Amino acid sequence: MGQHLTRKLLSGITLAAMLGVATISTQANAATLHMAWAQDATGLDPHKQTAFSSLRLLELIYEPLVRVDASLQIVPAIATSWEFSKDGKALTFKLDPKAKFQGGAAVTSADVKASFERILDEKTSAAARANFLSIASIDTPDPATVVFHLSQPDVPILTAMSDVNAAIVPASEIKAGTIGTAAIGSGPFKLDKWDPNAKEVLSANKDWAGGPTGVDGIEISVLPDETAILAALRTKQIDFALLNDPLVATLVPKEASLQLNRVPVLSYHVLQLNPSRKPMTELKVRQAISCAIDRQEVLDTASLGEGKVTGPLTIPAMATDPSQLFCYKRDVEKAKALMKEAGYADGFSATVIGATGEPPTAAAEAQVIQSQLAEIGVKLDIKMMELNVYVDAWLKGDFDMAIALNGGRADPYTMYNRYWTKAGNLQKVANYIDDTLDSQMQRGRAETDPAKRKVIFAEFEKHLAEVSPWIWLYTSYSYTAQQKNVAGFVPTPTGTLFSLGKVTIGQ
Amino acid sequence: MNYLMRRLSTFPLVLLGVSIVVFVAIRMVPGDSITAMLGTEAGLLTPAQRDSLAAYFGIDQPWFIQYGRWLLGILHGNLGISVTYGRPVLDVILERFPLTLELALLSMIIALAVGVPAGVFAATHNEKPSDLVVRVVAMIGQSTPNFVLALLIIYALSAGFGVLPAMGQFAPLWQDPLRNLSQLILPAITLGFAFAASVTRISRSAMLDVLSDDYVRTARSKGASARSVIWRHALPNALIPVVTLSGIEFGYLLGGAVIVEQIYALPGLGRMVLDAILQRDYALVQGSVLFIAFNFMIVNLLVDLAYVALDPRIRLGER
Repeated sequence: MGQHLTRKLLSGITLAAMLGVATISTQANAATLHMAWAQDATGLDPHKQTAFSSLRLLELIYEPLVRVDASLQIVPAIATSWEFSKDGKALTFKLDPKAKFQGGAAVTSADVKASFERILDEKTSAAARANFLSIASIDTPDPATVVFHLSQPDVPILTAMSDVNAAIVPASEIKAGTIGTAAIGSGPFKLDKWDPNAKEVLSANKDWAGGPTGVDGIEISVLPDETAILAALRTKQIDFALLNDPLVATLVPKEASLQLNRVPVLSYHVLQLNPSRKPMTELKVRQAISCAIDRQEVLDTASLGEGKVTGPLTIPAMATDPSQLFCYKRDVEKAKALMKEAGYADGFSATVIGATGEPPTAAAEAQVIQSQLAEIGVKLDIKMMELNVYVDAWLKGDFDMAIALNGGRADPYTMYNRYWTKAGNLQKVANYIDDTLDSQMQRGRAETDPAKRKVIFAEFEKHLAEVSPWIWLYTSYSYTAQQKNVAGFVPTPTGTLFSLGKVTIGQ
Repeated sequence: MNYLMRRLSTFPLVLLGVSIVVFVAIRMVPGDSITAMLGTEAGLLTPAQRDSLAAYFGIDQPWFIQYGRWLLGILHGNLGISVTYGRPVLDVILERFPLTLELALLSMIIALAVGVPAGVFAATHNEKPSDLVVRVVAMIGQSTPNFVLALLIIYALSAGFGVLPAMGQFAPLWQDPLRNLSQLILPAITLGFAFAASVTRISRSAMLDVLSDDYVRTARSKGASARSVIWRHALPNALIPVVTLSGIEFGYLLGGAVIVEQIYALPGLGRMVLDAILQRDYALVQGSVLFIAFNFMIVNLLVDLAYVALDPRIRLGER
C-alpha cells in the first residue's frame, strides 16, 4: 500500500514536472522566433547596403513606400495608394496615417521627401540612386501626400521604390546624421541588439501600422556553417533558417519534423562573355558558345537539378518559354559550323572567372561548361577567386568569361537598364550594346500599358538571347527551413523574409 | 630581470615590423572596403559617390599617409574605428578575446592532461603492443583535420542523439559558467585532440631520450623506485620539448582557431579576423593582427622562462 502510494506520488510529481517543463518551453517558444543564417548584415544604413544578407535584416526594420508581394504585384507599405498622372510624369502617393517610426513619430510626407533627397545626394553614396534620376522635384502638399514630378515618363520607378534601398527613414535622423548607427524605421521589428557576425535581437514594434506581429521578437544567430544550421534545426535549437547551399537544403525534407520552403527566385546564374575581347567580339563565336552549352546539364550537375532553365527575363509574368529562344536546345553541329564560319574551326583558349562559394555552385558550373565547350574546341581555364577579388575584376570588365549569379528585380527595366542601355552604369561590365536593345529598353520604360510592355520586353528577350553577349543558364530556388510548428511564412521570388512579421509558432 | 628588460625592449620593434607587413599586405589584396560592402553594385556608383565613400572608409589618402595616421593613433593608444562594428577596434578585440583565450586554455589543458601521461606510458612500454596502440591513436589524431572531427561530432550529436550545445547563443563564462563550459567543451576537445596527439608523440620520444641518460641510470642504481625515477627525475627534463611545442601551439590558438570557431559558431577572435578580412575592415585587421603578434611574443617569453624553471642548467641571458 505504502509502496503503491509512493509510486503514484512519484509519477504524479514527474508528470507535473513534465507538464511544467512543457508549459515553460511553449511559452518561451511562442514569444521568440529563433532563427539562423550563415551570413550576417554588413551594415545598418538601408540606403547603402546592397548585400542580400543585409537586405534580409533591414527589411524587417525599415519600410519602403510600396512592396512587391509573392506574385510580384505592387502592394501598399507606407503608402496606401498611388497614381501616375496621364502623361506618366507625376506620381502621387497617399501615406498610411497609422504609419509610425519606432521612435513614436508619425511617418509624414516630409520624411519621404528627406529620404529621397538623401538617396539622390551623391554624398550619401546611395546604392539605388541610379534608379531615381528621373525625379525632378518632390512636392508635399500635406503630411499624408507626396508627389514625385518626373523629367520623363518612368513606369519602373514604382518597382524601384519597393526596394529596401528606397526605405523611408525619419527626417530627424537624417539631420542628426545617425542613419546607419541607430536603426529606426517603421517596420514590424525593432533592432534591440546587433553583434555583427554573431547575433541580432529584434523585438516586435507595437506601433507597426501592419498590425500586431505573430511573435514577440526574433533572435537571429549567425551560424557560418550551413551543416551546423541543419544540426541546430534537427535539435530544435532554432525554428527557422535561411539556407543557400542546395546540398544542405535537399537534406531538410529527410527530417520528419522539418519543412523546407522552396521558391524560384528572380536572380539568375549566367555565363557572361566579354564581347570586347577576341574572339567573343564575333557574333558567331558567341552564338556557337550558346549552342554548345546544355543548360539543363549544367543545372543538373552543378545544382542537383534544383532550379529551372531560364532566358534573360526571370519574372514569371514576363518570361518567354525558353524553348522559343535562340539555341536553347543543345546543337553541337550547329555550334561547330558557326565556329568555322567565324574562322575559329580549331577553337581558341579563354579564361573563365568565378567567385569561391558565391554562389556555392560556381566552381561546379565552371567545370561543366569547361567540358561542354571542349567539344567545340574551346579550351577553358577556370580561375576561382575570393569574392572581393572577383568583384574587383568583374567591375573592371577584366575577364574573358565570368560565372555570375546576378540579382533580379520585379521589373525588367530596373533589372537590366544597368547592362543593356547605352547609359547603363554597368555597361563597361556588359561590354555589349546595340541600338535595338537600347531602344527596346527606352520604350519599355515609358510604356504604361502592361500588355504593350510585355510585348516590348518579349522582343527584347528574344533579341538578347540571339546576340548572346551572355549565356543565361538557370534560376535556382531560395530556401528557408522551419520547424513544422512555424506557420505563416510566405516565400517569395525576391527572397524577402518580410512575412516573418506575421509568422506564429504553434505547439 | 636584465634579460626580461632586454626581451621586452624588442617588442616595439617587432610590432612595428608586423604592422607594416600587415598594412601593406591587406592593401595589396584586390578589392577595397567599397566593393566589399556593395559587391557588384559598387559599379553603379558615380565618381562623386565613390569619392565620398572612400573618404568615409578613410581610404581616400595615399598609403603612407593612411599608415602615418594609424601609427600616430596607436601611439595615443587608439587602434582606430572598425567600420563594420562602428566601434573602437580595441573594444571589439577585447570583447572577443576572452572566448578565444578560454578555448585555447581548455584545449591546452586537455592536450597536456591526455598527452603527457600517454607519452610517458608509451615510452615506458617501449615497443610493446600498448606502445603501438598509443602511437597509432596519436598518428590518427595528428592527421585528422579538426574540421572533420568537428563536423563528425556535430553530426553524431544532432542526428544521433538529438542534442547539441546551444549554438549561436553564446554565454560568457562570468554570466553562466555551466552553460559556457557546455558550449566550449566540444570545440576544446576538437582542438585539443590533434594537440594532444602531438604532445603524446613528443613527450614519448623526449622521455625515451631521457630514460637512457646517465643521471637516470644513476638514480636507478641508487635504488629510487621506478615511479620516482620516471616522474621525479626524468619527466621534468622530458618536458622541455613539450613546453616548446605547447608554447607554439598555444600562440596559434590565441590567434583564433578560425575553422573551429566558424563551425561551432563561436564569436571568437579567429572568426572576427576572418570576417574583417573578407569585409576589408582595414583597421580591425591591422589591430587584431598586432594584438595576435603581441600575444605570440608574450607566450614565447613565458616559454623561455619556463625552461629555467624546468632545468636549472639553463641560464637566460648569459653568454
